[in-house]
Amino acid sequence: MNAEHQLGVALTDKFKSLKENVIIQRARRVWVNVPLEELHAVIGHAKETLGYDMLCTITGTDEGTGIGLIYHLAHPNGIVLSLSTLAPKDGPGPKTVTPLYPLAELYEREVIDLLGVRIEGLPPGNRYPLPDTWPEGQYPLRKDWKPAGNQTQKEQEG
Amino acid sequence: MTDPEIVRVPLGPQHPALKEPSSFLLSLRGEQITDVGVRLGYNHRGMEKACEDRPFLNDLYLLERICGICSHSHSTAYATAVEELAGLTVPRRGLFLRVLVGELERIHSHLLWLGVAGHEIGFDTLLMYSWRDREIVMDLLADLTGNRVNYGYNTIGGVRRDITQEQCSTMRKAMDALEERTKYYAELAATEITLAKRLSGVGKMTKEDVLRLGVTGPTARASGVARDVRKDDPIGIYDELDFEVITAESGDVLGRTIVRVGELLQTYKMVRQILSNLPDGPIATKAPRKIPQGQAICRYEAPRGEDFHFVRANGTEKPERVKVRAPTMINVQAVSFMMRGGYLADMPITLAAIDPCFSCTDRLTELRSDDGALLGKKTWAELRSHGIEHYRKQGVDISVVSKQLACKMERA
Repeated sequence: MNAEHQLGVALTDKFKSLKENVIIQRARRVWVNVPLEELHAVIGHAKETLGYDMLCTITGTDEGTGIGLIYHLAHPNGIVLSLSTLAPKDGPGPKTVTPLYPLAELYEREVIDLLGVRIEGLPPGNRYPLPDTWPEGQYPLRKDWKPAGNQTQKEQEG
Repeated sequence: MTDPEIVRVPLGPQHPALKEPSSFLLSLRGEQITDVGVRLGYNHRGMEKACEDRPFLNDLYLLERICGICSHSHSTAYATAVEELAGLTVPRRGLFLRVLVGELERIHSHLLWLGVAGHEIGFDTLLMYSWRDREIVMDLLADLTGNRVNYGYNTIGGVRRDITQEQCSTMRKAMDALEERTKYYAELAATEITLAKRLSGVGKMTKEDVLRLGVTGPTARASGVARDVRKDDPIGIYDELDFEVITAESGDVLGRTIVRVGELLQTYKMVRQILSNLPDGPIATKAPRKIPQGQAICRYEAPRGEDFHFVRANGTEKPERVKVRAPTMINVQAVSFMMRGGYLADMPITLAAIDPCFSCTDRLTELRSDDGALLGKKTWAELRSHGIEHYRKQGVDISVVSKQLACKMERA
């Protein structure tokens, strides 16, 4: 059994609900769908027990029904474990992972600013990357958001 | 309650140590830094959103412009992810050439850094020397790709220009010349007392902190963490090349200097290996316009550390989502940890030591008269001799240095 399969087994042994959710894409690439309520525990387990000590980034996507969040964790052996979850557009999102990965703060602020997801327990601080004057409720990476310059003249007049 | 002995000094967004915008709020007790707040985002250009509006191939050239110095890093990371999604097998010669340009880019980036580091500590001779030597590799890049920065060398499925025998032999000579110069810098970093006094113990970061924070690139390796994506998660032909991951134990700016100089020597070795093992055959394969549904990740060891790209395709000719995480994003946050307890005067070099990004200019100029009519074009070589002539008329003769460098190339 190779390292990718061992990782899948280690995760599903601890979290039975992930049984059907582990996808081994190729060498060093493992994807797992994780329910929002279990996310924090799975990330904690990956970091503390399985040795995934780097968080490469958090990718946010607009899935229509909610905001998809992918936590890309990396191991020194080169495997990237990508944990994806779905958070509501209006409502409580995942807990902050800054106690586990201190530099995750900017990744979390980025998905807050650009996609309007809520991160629970993130201490107050400067926003990133948008300016302080950015209007409320405008989330540029949502699919229905278009930059002003792309509007046709008709749309602007209307 | 605020401590009356603490003075808060804003540095930036137009920053003295970095010709790019970022903002630091330093809390000082006397000369000592007690706390640092970082504010970023001044350079946010909405590129990820823009990518969703353009075909995959156009995005390649857009993403290349994220950064003027590690442009090839971004385009390689993105192209590799898209090729994985499309199930393309890039011809071996294309992979070799792609890695070749990647390593030439590392040479120019590290030599640039060495000059900037020299400048930040008032050692401008080092800046003059290393930037002069950097011109050797800039010429190689311009000759092979057609440009000094933003090479436009990658395409989805391979690379866009083949290399000639003549270019190969020029490159070999250039590596010998650069190696001789770099050995001199290695000796300088190891023995020059002013350099050691100024840099050792500055911007210190322990191995534990590097691992806890997830710091990347030469900054991490200077604290004894032997991580390099070229070894751990290799793309292209990196797993076939023989090279060492250079580390240092001191965890300070001197260590970061030693690591980068050591990496330069490894890179010359890799360039020679690529040139001697270059396979024959095509340099690219044709890529489809529409990319099948799926998502892929590529990690690339850019000169500054790990560059991370995520691409999701939805079966159309435009990506559903592109996400980029450049190495400076991590390392600039680590700077605030390094600076705490340090001195204000060490702040510029501590920041510069992570090697944040700078920009560079193009090589071709169009001459136009006042009414805009095209008078002619000047090549890079013509512009260079024009510059040398211009300064000679003012009594500064830099053609001597130019000749010395040419001699060095000849001898090598």
